[in-house]
Amino acid sequence: MKRLESNLKNMSLSLTIVALAAAALLGGLYVLTEEPIARQKAEKQQKAITSVLPATEGIEIAEPEMVDGMTLYKAYAGGEFAGAAVQAEENGFGGKFKVMVGFDKDGNIVNYEVLEHQETPGLGDHMVSWFKTDKGNQSVIGRSPATANFTVGKDGGDVDAITAATISSRAFLKAVCHAYEAYADQQADAESGATALSEAAEIAETADITAGEDAAGNETSSESNNETPVQS
Amino acid sequence: MNKPMKTLTNGLLRENPTFGLVLGMCPTLATTTSAINGMSMGLATLFVLVCSNVVISLLRNLIPDKVHIPAYIVVIASFVTMVQLLMQAYVPAIYETLGLFIPLIVVNCIVLGRAEAFAAKNNVGLSALDGLGMGLGFTLSLTVLGAIRELLGSGMCFGMPVFPEQYGMLIFVLAPGAFIALAYLMAGVNKLRKRMDA
Repeated sequence: MKRLESNLKNMSLSLTIVALAAAALLGGLYVLTEEPIARQKAEKQQKAITSVLPATEGIEIAEPEMVDGMTLYKAYAGGEFAGAAVQAEENGFGGKFKVMVGFDKDGNIVNYEVLEHQETPGLGDHMVSWFKTDKGNQSVIGRSPATANFTVGKDGGDVDAITAATISSRAFLKAVCHAYEAYADQQADAESGATALSEAAEIAETADITAGEDAAGNETSSESNNETPVQS
Repeated sequence: MNKPMKTLTNGLLRENPTFGLVLGMCPTLATTTSAINGMSMGLATLFVLVCSNVVISLLRNLIPDKVHIPAYIVVIASFVTMVQLLMQAYVPAIYETLGLFIPLIVVNCIVLGRAEAFAAKNNVGLSALDGLGMGLGFTLSLTVLGAIRELLGSGMCFGMPVFPEQYGMLIFVLAPGAFIALAYLMAGVNKLRKRMDA
């Protein structure tokens, strides 16, 4: 068979048919793969959440909430608050990276998982495991940004930076601190929210705890009881 | 050697896409930070090469000369998008490392180059063999390059530690190491080819 002549009719017909066939094929495949792709993404997210939360039996993860532009997943074990996972985003050395940080109910870091990053291979990409490795002061596991200074040693902080990747380390610690802020804000909200729903007696009780924490160990008196309803 | 066999082995050494034709350097240099990455990129390209060669060979007489480039590009781009969707759905780990480079297969000179130089002039069977040979050649070169960079750079081979990472030369994982490793490999392959021809 001879090749078709390059006239207007042949050219437009062949191009149209090729394009239509390609579009139909791709459309079909998109519909087929849409569900597995969504499932993969959800699974990955779920895995990251559970891996950074306390490994308690029968832990349940609540619906995600948005706090300060970050996604927060609260976890409950037997109806009690057990911790929360916060997904934070920060500018690293090679662009934005995403990290999932898990806190237990006292605000200590349980674990973290870097979800996406474009840090330099061999240098900044060590962040994936560096801050989990128990060596010197480099691990953040079990520590809390509330009690430790979460900046690199060079800036006078308590955490050892990744060798030759100070910028990535700074960005990572900043992300963790942001995540902690969201976690702490959420905690305060949750406690006041709970008091609004419960009995008057419980209000006083919870208020005692909140006031006690706020006043950094001050003895709770009847005076602080009077102040707390304003807070909530 | 008979023609089908010759077509198949052509891409492996004589006209190896990376070391012989020096086509598709962007994915070659960028994705070969480890042997696995290089191999996955090579296999994705292999799939696109075989499929596009077959389809273009089938359509070669139905597409008028003046519009053949746009038509070929549409065919190639469709296959690349298919690879992308399938990888995303079933091998997300590999998709994550190669994600950025998969769409670049569309403009990889090897794919359009083979469509133009071979599939547009030969029958379906030979075109499929040519795509397979070229794809295997590309996969092989990328895997070797990736393995060398991974070994020298991070002391691992296919993800298995060979020696402690701190003795690795980091430069081989970064861009300059890609050029250095590629240059030495190309020199070696050229020497080998000269000896074979003589």
